[in-house]
Amino acid sequence: MYHAIVFLPLLGFLTAGLFASTLGSKACEYITTGFLMISAVLSWVAFFSVGFGSGEPQIIQVLDWLNVGDLTANWSFRIDTLTVVMLVVVNTVSSLVHLYSIGYMHHDPHRPRFFAYLSLFTFAMLMLVTSNNLLQMFFGWEGVGLASYLLIGFWFKKPSANKAAMKAFVVNRVGDFGFALGIFGIYILFGSIEFSTIFASVQGFADAEGGKEVLNFLGYSLDNHSAITIICLLLFMGAMGKSAQFLLHTWLPDAMEGPTPVSALIHAATMVTAGVFLVARMSPVFEYSQTALTVVTFVGALTAFFAATVGLVQNDIKRVIAYSTCSQLGYMFVALGVGAYGPAIFHLFTHAFFKALLFLGAGSVIHAVSDEQDMRRMGGLRKHIPKTYWSMMIGTIALTGVGIPFTYIGTAGFFSKDAIIESAYVGANSMSGFATGMLIVAALFTSFYSWRLIFMTFHGKPRASADVMGHIHESPNVMLIPLYVLAAGALFSGILFYTAFTGHEVSGHHEAWYNAFWKTALFSGEGNHILTDFHHVPTIIKLSPFIAMITGFAVAFWFYIINPGIPKELARQQPALYQFLLNKWYIDEIYDFLFVRPSMWLGRFLWKKGDGAVIDGLGPDGIAARVQGLSGLVVKLQSGFLYHYAFAMLIGIAALITWAMFGGAG
Amino acid sequence: MNFDFNILSIVTFAPIIGALIIATIPVDSEIAKRNVRNVTLFTTVITFILSIGIWLGFDNSQAGFQMVEKYDWIGGFMSYHMGVDGISILFVLLTTFLMPFCILASWTTIESRIKEYMIAFLILETFMIGVFVSLDMMLFYIFFEAGLIPMFLIIGVWGGKRRVYASYKFFLYTLLGSVLMLLAMMAMYWHAGTTDIPTLLETKFPADMQFWLWLAFFASFAVKMPMWPVHTWLPDAHVEAPTAGSVILAGVLLKMGGYGFLRFSLPMFPLASADMAPYVYTLSIIAIIYTSLVALAQEDIKKLIAYSSVAHMGYVTLGIFTANIYGVQGAIYQMLSHGLISGALFLCVGVVYDRMHTREIKAYGGLVNRMPKYAVVFLLLTMANVGLPGTSGFVGEFLILLGAFQENTWLAFFATSGVILSAVYALYLYRRVVFGALEKESLKSILDITTREKILLYPLIILVVFFGVYPTPVFEVTNASVEALVNNYQAAINAVGEVAKPAAH
Repeated sequence: MYHAIVFLPLLGFLTAGLFASTLGSKACEYITTGFLMISAVLSWVAFFSVGFGSGEPQIIQVLDWLNVGDLTANWSFRIDTLTVVMLVVVNTVSSLVHLYSIGYMHHDPHRPRFFAYLSLFTFAMLMLVTSNNLLQMFFGWEGVGLASYLLIGFWFKKPSANKAAMKAFVVNRVGDFGFALGIFGIYILFGSIEFSTIFASVQGFADAEGGKEVLNFLGYSLDNHSAITIICLLLFMGAMGKSAQFLLHTWLPDAMEGPTPVSALIHAATMVTAGVFLVARMSPVFEYSQTALTVVTFVGALTAFFAATVGLVQNDIKRVIAYSTCSQLGYMFVALGVGAYGPAIFHLFTHAFFKALLFLGAGSVIHAVSDEQDMRRMGGLRKHIPKTYWSMMIGTIALTGVGIPFTYIGTAGFFSKDAIIESAYVGANSMSGFATGMLIVAALFTSFYSWRLIFMTFHGKPRASADVMGHIHESPNVMLIPLYVLAAGALFSGILFYTAFTGHEVSGHHEAWYNAFWKTALFSGEGNHILTDFHHVPTIIKLSPFIAMITGFAVAFWFYIINPGIPKELARQQPALYQFLLNKWYIDEIYDFLFVRPSMWLGRFLWKKGDGAVIDGLGPDGIAARVQGLSGLVVKLQSGFLYHYAFAMLIGIAALITWAMFGGAG
Repeated sequence: MNFDFNILSIVTFAPIIGALIIATIPVDSEIAKRNVRNVTLFTTVITFILSIGIWLGFDNSQAGFQMVEKYDWIGGFMSYHMGVDGISILFVLLTTFLMPFCILASWTTIESRIKEYMIAFLILETFMIGVFVSLDMMLFYIFFEAGLIPMFLIIGVWGGKRRVYASYKFFLYTLLGSVLMLLAMMAMYWHAGTTDIPTLLETKFPADMQFWLWLAFFASFAVKMPMWPVHTWLPDAHVEAPTAGSVILAGVLLKMGGYGFLRFSLPMFPLASADMAPYVYTLSIIAIIYTSLVALAQEDIKKLIAYSSVAHMGYVTLGIFTANIYGVQGAIYQMLSHGLISGALFLCVGVVYDRMHTREIKAYGGLVNRMPKYAVVFLLLTMANVGLPGTSGFVGEFLILLGAFQENTWLAFFATSGVILSAVYALYLYRRVVFGALEKESLKSILDITTREKILLYPLIILVVFFGVYPTPVFEVTNASVEALVNNYQAAINAVGEVAKPAAH
């Protein structure tokens, strides 16, 4: 069954990729979508049988991969609760996005290619979440990066799309740089990169007496505790790249250049959560480094806040949702950082439904208004596309976390987001106070920008041209059905799965239900009581997300319904702040100045001056010049010496650098 | 299978026989030209099939040399001694495998002096195989140096506009190294009294002598690799060489340096190798970062790929001198994989060059609109070039970096940063050539790859993916020999350590 779940999308990719011309577009669409539907159904079966059944994690071997020296990394599946949760998320959203795309991409001449890429992405993502070792995970990790690159650049005629695609790949590579070093480190510390072996030996390794050097990293002598910290931080760097955390987030908003279904699948529900998955998967290791977890909390909180502030002022409907995704991923990392792995994955799970819903809804809007994405040219669409409107409303109330405090009645976000804020409050690390504050402010902003989006798009007077308004039409059923399914998920996934994912009180303890569901998939250290603690927070903390949500709604209502002149007036009064937010804190400009331009300049310089003037000038060209000018053996010899001289000089420089690097490092 | 007949000699000299046959064909008509092409192709295919026999007869569990042939030669001064082990055998196969592709790539593009061209290639093949199967130092030297001549001619006669400059540069660089290597070989002969490689592998050279020998060999192999800063001949040679010349240059000739390190430097001069390793690391790291940055600034497609080859060879030298099993296995794998990937990339450049007669990046853009199949092939190779997991490029790079991390984390740190840079220059190239709208008038009628080009490219990309997903067949072959190499190396270092310890007290 697991083979089918993972390999059906691959089969779909190959079919649509290789036989598109023989089969035709329609057949390719139906085949890939059909395969994904089967995978999705099987995933739910797996979800219930593993999550609510019993048993050890199951390892399924597929094929040999790398067996060199003591290193073993084979193609295999690790099936535990964390895996099946991800299977459900990935395949459900993916199959719905496939279905939706049949309608959305209706006019595109390159549909088989589009569906092939979608299936390829799904396959890579499944390899990532089912992997039993870090190497296969890395395969999936870069594989989804490739698919993302291809899909962002799907409309290859648009220079901006090509640029965004490349940016996504390169920024992700920066994260992967850390991830790769982390994998090497894990191998040096534990002698294996297979999860079972790492998890079995990490406790003994961490409990051993400190002080002895186990790893020398960049000149720093590390004992077992600090080594774990460094490794975790390196892995987290990978997670930051994939999950678009602050400083490595710049690619995500630009990734909106891709077709909207892609944004829903890759840049909201699945790929960007791979970083969260990585940290959760490695929870047995992260639990032994409070320092690393503190960093995770800090970065998550900062991202949640940063992205929410930028989201306040964006005008492109997709970019608002993109920054929202970035911000919500920050929430998940905060939860991971304070050790609340269950709530983190729970938010990943619910977020997948409502964020995919919002993106597909936005796609439906864009489809309706003739590919317009600027909200300033929308407005008043409620009457024209009511089904899309109500879907978006459901997505919004789920994202902002509408629910009745102190009860078990509410939307998906109500359960998962509140659980994270409460966990942050009771978290044990030094950043949890900061995180709580940031998350509550971010919740207020979330509510504001979400309602701003709704009001600007659907309410008020139409701002689109009469021509566009004349063409407005509700999307076909093939696009609406995925919206309905996701809307159901956004409404009910919280109520249904809250107790399983985050625990339920049984005679004063919350672990019983939690452990029954997660079993050994998520690991909490001995000092980690967050699962019990987060149910016992002061009333004001329990109420704070609710208050933030109401406030955000009220302000948005006032700004965009009651008195629509206020936002413009505010922007005029605070030009510096407005520009700062509108330009996304100027981070792209800073990177351009610090990295992009210098690299290009350095490349040219090294080529023209280094290779051209110095090496060739002193070497072959120098000799040639002399041979031509004078002739005779003696001169040849002399110029030969010149060459040697140049060579010796370069060697000397290299020797000096070597001495500085290795001599200093010991 | 029983190999009483001398399979290694047969494979080595089969191309020469083909060359002799071609020499007898008078080229006076189109039919004669076709005959020349057909005979050459037939010869290279037969050679490849014969070389599969070597692989079938090879015993994976043995670390030593197999299928050995040995005859005294020149009054016992040297011997005609051939054999393969787990390190060399795959390079033989790589050579024989790539040759038919080179011939096919030259099918229509070479018009003038076709006979001489094909003869040059066949002779070159013999010399290349000879390098990998020689078990006598002098024999190795002859093949190693003689290989220069046909390559020199291929660039100099059938090359582009600046072919004379390029071939001259190529010759000058390589010759310098060779002279030093010859001197070192003579010194070794005087010391050990033999030119026999298996005997020399057992010989323990004194530490100070090792140092000088190591340097002399290094001068030769470093140029061949090529390592920074003696790499500048490569971009020029590639740019001017005809497509098939580039394929063989990147695919096989560059691997001779790495093979030399593994056959001579590491096992024969372990102490010097250990002492000099930090300097090699530094040069390798500079090669990786420096040439990646230079690649970024290139305006010529071929030059860009040539610089990327230098960067990839930087990984190879890094891996070899970590002298641990991951580094060495990774380096061998990287060399084999690079042979396929860069060979195919140069074929890809050839495809558009044949149509447009320019290699300027600026002259292209939006090829995907008219050449979707080409775009897919080029994309896959680009991804393999940046070491995407699932392609053969990843396996070697990963192992090398792991070996480097074990040796010193600084190495891994800098070398891994090359992974980011390679993505930048490769994708930047792809974006400028393949993506975008098709706006240039000259490209509006360009055609997608032909059947002949499909036959050239598809097998290569299939192998690139196959060896990325399932590298086991390669490791099975190399494992025993590499383990022996690494263990002997470690034993030699440890032996000195133990002698030195009591002295220190």
